[in-house]
Amino acid sequence: MTAATLRVVLYEGAGSRPLDAPVRASALRLLLESGYGVTRVAGGAAAVRAPGAGPLAVLGRFEQAQPFAAEGQTDGRPVFFCNVEGLDPPAMLRGIDELHARAGTSPRTKWKPWFPVIDFSRCTNCMQCLTFCLFDVYGVSKDKKIEVQNPTNCKTDCPACSRVCPEVAILFPKYKGGPINGDEVRDDDLHREKMKVDISALLGGDIYAALRQRSTDARARFSRERDEKRALDERRKCLTKLQQALDIPPEVLAALPSRDQIEAKTARLMSGGGEDPA
Amino acid sequence: MPASSPGRILYCHCAYAQVVPVETKTAVLEQLSASGVAFEAVPDLCEMSARRDPGLAEIASGGEATIVACYPRAVQWLFNAAGSPLPSEVTVLNMRASAAPEVAAALGLAPRVETS
Repeated sequence: MTAATLRVVLYEGAGSRPLDAPVRASALRLLLESGYGVTRVAGGAAAVRAPGAGPLAVLGRFEQAQPFAAEGQTDGRPVFFCNVEGLDPPAMLRGIDELHARAGTSPRTKWKPWFPVIDFSRCTNCMQCLTFCLFDVYGVSKDKKIEVQNPTNCKTDCPACSRVCPEVAILFPKYKGGPINGDEVRDDDLHREKMKVDISALLGGDIYAALRQRSTDARARFSRERDEKRALDERRKCLTKLQQALDIPPEVLAALPSRDQIEAKTARLMSGGGEDPA
Repeated sequence: MPASSPGRILYCHCAYAQVVPVETKTAVLEQLSASGVAFEAVPDLCEMSARRDPGLAEIASGGEATIVACYPRAVQWLFNAAGSPLPSEVTVLNMRASAAPEVAAALGLAPRVETS
């Protein structure tokens, strides 16, 4: 998944005058929050080598007239020059937005980048994450190693797979708490009840079997009208408790596959059979 | 890493989530901006990793560098996920766990002078 993105160069090197400090800080923040990467060039530097391969938009208070468009001297990438003398940061952003549209660069994301990141110093390739994930985020590489193949499939704010990882090897960098957010893994984390979830208790319909049993028991004790209400209450309480304990969205809990389904999926992927044809 | 030689600086604004304290990232960005040093700033390293942005490979292969972002373990494996493992000479400063003055000091930036 690669695409050319427009990169902004805030040029304050040779042949330009520096921006006023508040304008520079405000422009940087505005551009970043609008999804643009910025390379700041300063200190008398004349050359710029911004990362990436997409077009560059060079903003500066140039002392001499610049062509509107040019080509990079070493890599041939398109370069646009924008004299920002007298412009405030919102006007700079509007100019960059226009260049972005004109250059046809990849759309800036509105997606919260929520996806699992595997710490391979801890991962044992047990595949529990792959079998647990409902959204086909994980896959198996040609050399039979677990990998994140479809990060954008991940359910935003769902850290469920990291909860089932027995080695605390799955990170969600935007998660609120450690060690799932990438904080150091401590001995306590490996044994903490809240971190570790017995997958067999979550998968294979065990939750629902338990809920059904509760409903059956309740039915024996109460009238039909009250049975249904009580069963629903029981189910809701149970799911709420799990959701709170594990921070797993209820809709994910409610959509867990059966044990047969996950075992079939694992066998298929491990044998190189690809995704479910259904 | 000595505060006087941060190498290339890469700042992540973590623009698509609220996990890095706003006051920390704002203060660090302002100090970088006021410092007169050259640096790279990206909206969000996670988003770049997800789309395997080639810019990550250039950062990883560019020698000594300091990345100002979040937990070092997260940054390390984000780069790895993008196919660009970080070399050992790259330092990661954590804006989720450190206050802005600590980050600025590690970057060798002078304390900001407040003006009214």
